[in-house]
Amino acid sequence: MSNYVELSNLAKIYPTPKGEAVIVKNFNLNIQKGEFITLIGHSGCGKSTVLSMLAGLSEISDGGIILAGKELSGAGPDRGVVFQSPSLLPWMTAFENVMLGVEQVFFTASKQERREIVEYYLTVVGLGEAMHKKPAELSQGMRQRVGIARAFALKPKMLLLDEPFGMLDSLTRYELQQVLIELWRKNKITALMVTHDVDEALFLSDRIVCMTDGPAAEVGEIMEVNFPRPRERKAVLEHPDYYPLREQLIEFLEVRAHRKPLASEKIIPAQKTPPPTQTNLVKPVLDTV
Amino acid sequence: MKSFKLDWLVLPLIGVAAVLVLWQISCASWAKDLPTPEKTWQVSKPYIVEPFAKRGEMDQGILRFTWYSLILVAKGYALALIIGTPIGFFLGLSKTFTKIFDPLIQVLRPVSPLAWLPLGLVLFTSAGKNASELGALFTIAICSMWPTVMNTAVGVRAIPQDYLNVAKVLKLSRTKTLFKVLIPATLPYMFTGFRLSLGIAWLVIVAAEMLTGQPGVGGFLWQEYNSLIYEHIILCIVTIGVVGFILDRLMSVVEKKFKTA
Repeated sequence: MSNYVELSNLAKIYPTPKGEAVIVKNFNLNIQKGEFITLIGHSGCGKSTVLSMLAGLSEISDGGIILAGKELSGAGPDRGVVFQSPSLLPWMTAFENVMLGVEQVFFTASKQERREIVEYYLTVVGLGEAMHKKPAELSQGMRQRVGIARAFALKPKMLLLDEPFGMLDSLTRYELQQVLIELWRKNKITALMVTHDVDEALFLSDRIVCMTDGPAAEVGEIMEVNFPRPRERKAVLEHPDYYPLREQLIEFLEVRAHRKPLASEKIIPAQKTPPPTQTNLVKPVLDTV
Repeated sequence: MKSFKLDWLVLPLIGVAAVLVLWQISCASWAKDLPTPEKTWQVSKPYIVEPFAKRGEMDQGILRFTWYSLILVAKGYALALIIGTPIGFFLGLSKTFTKIFDPLIQVLRPVSPLAWLPLGLVLFTSAGKNASELGALFTIAICSMWPTVMNTAVGVRAIPQDYLNVAKVLKLSRTKTLFKVLIPATLPYMFTGFRLSLGIAWLVIVAAEMLTGQPGVGGFLWQEYNSLIYEHIILCIVTIGVVGFILDRLMSVVEKKFKTA
C-alpha cells in the first residue's frame, strides 16, 4: 500500500536572539491509510510540535508534509484535531460546538442532515442526553467527549490527537480510550496521537513511534503493535506480547531516548518548548531500571 | 461592627445625617451664602413634587430636565460605542494598527471635556441652530469612548489561543470567526468598557450643558447659579449623583449577565 501521509525531513526551528533553537529535525514518517499511529516521547521532546505542524497550527520550518497526495499548507477541517484541553467555546452548547465544524464541512447538506450528523456523533460518544448543555455544565471527561465528537463529525481525512486524555482521571481515561477506539474502527480514519502514556499507546496503536529527546528531536524507533482488533482492554492486557512490548517501550524511553547531542549542533533552548533538563542530557543511563 | 436588623438602612442614614449636620454648621459659620438644608428643601420642593412640570424653557421639573440630559447622553454614548468598539477590535487584532494609533489615543485620552467642547462647537458652526447639540454630542462621544476602546482591545488580546486554534482548524471565514469566536469571547471585557464609558458620558453631560446652555440638569444648574438661586445647585448635584449611581448599577447588572456566559 502506498503512503497516505508522508512527513519528510520535517523540522521546526525557532529563531531566538542567541541563534536558532532546533526543536525537531529530520523527522521522517510514513503513515498508511487507516493506520493508528502513536507518537511517544518525553515531555517537551517536540512531539506536540510535530502534531501541530500537521494540524497547520505551527509553521513548518523545513521539509514538508503530504496528506492524501497533496502537500499541506495551513490548517483546515480535513484534519480533525482533538486538543489536550477540550477547547470548546464556552458560550455555545455541546451541540452548537460540534455544529460549528459540521456547518463548515457539510455546507451543501440540508439543515436536517447536518442536525443528524451532529446528533449522531454526540450520541455515539455518550452525550445523547447532555448535548444541549454548555461546557460549564459538563464534567472534564464529558467535555473531551464533545471534543472527540467534533473531530469525528468533520469526517476528516486524518485525526490528530494531542494528549487528548492527559487531563483526565484514569477511570475516565479508560472509558474515553474505548470510545475513541470504537469510533476510529467504525470510521477507519487515519490517526496520529501524541501521548506519554505507554499503556494508552499500546492499547490504541498499530505502530508506536518513539521520539528521541529534544532539542533536535527525531524518530528514534518504530514499534509494531499487532494485537488483534477489535481490541478490548482485558484481552490486550492478557496478550503474551503485551509485557515484552511494554518493557521495550519503557526501556527506550528510559535509556535510548536520551541521545547525546552532537558536538557540531549548537543548541539553544527555546522559550516555547522547554528542552529536557540538563540532567537528561548529561546524566548517563546508570540510574535507570 | 456587629450587624443588626435594618443596618443596611440605618447605617447609610447616619452618614447622610452627619453630612447634613456639617452642612448646617457650615451655613451658620463660614459659608454665609450657602443655603441651609431646610431652605434648600423648601425652594427645591416644587421641582421635586412636580418632577415633570414645564413652566418655561429653563423652569421645569427636575425629572424632566434629567430626561433631556439622559436623551443627550444616550445619543452621545451610542455614538461612542459605535465608534469605540471597532477601534478597540482593530487595536486588539492588529499590531500595526496599534503602533500607528496607540500614541495618539494615549495623548487624546486625558483631555478634559471642557477642552473638547469649544472644538466641537467650532466643528459644527455650519449646523446653525443645532451647533450646540452636535458640539455636545461630539464631546460626549469623544470623551466617553476611551474605556470602551481600551477594554475591547484588552479583551481581544486576552482571547485564549485555544479558541483561535478552533477557528483556524475549522477554517472559519473572517466574519464567522468575528461573530462566533472573537465577539463572544470579548463581550465580558466590552461590557466593562461600556459601563465605564457610561459613567464618563454622564460626567461630561453636565459640563456640556453648562457651556452650551442646553436644557437639562447641567444647563439648569448653571442657569440657577447665574440667577443666584443656590438651592437649585444643590438639588442638581444630588440629582446628577443619584442618576449616575442608578446608571452604574444598571450597567453592572448587564455586565454580570455576560460575565457568566
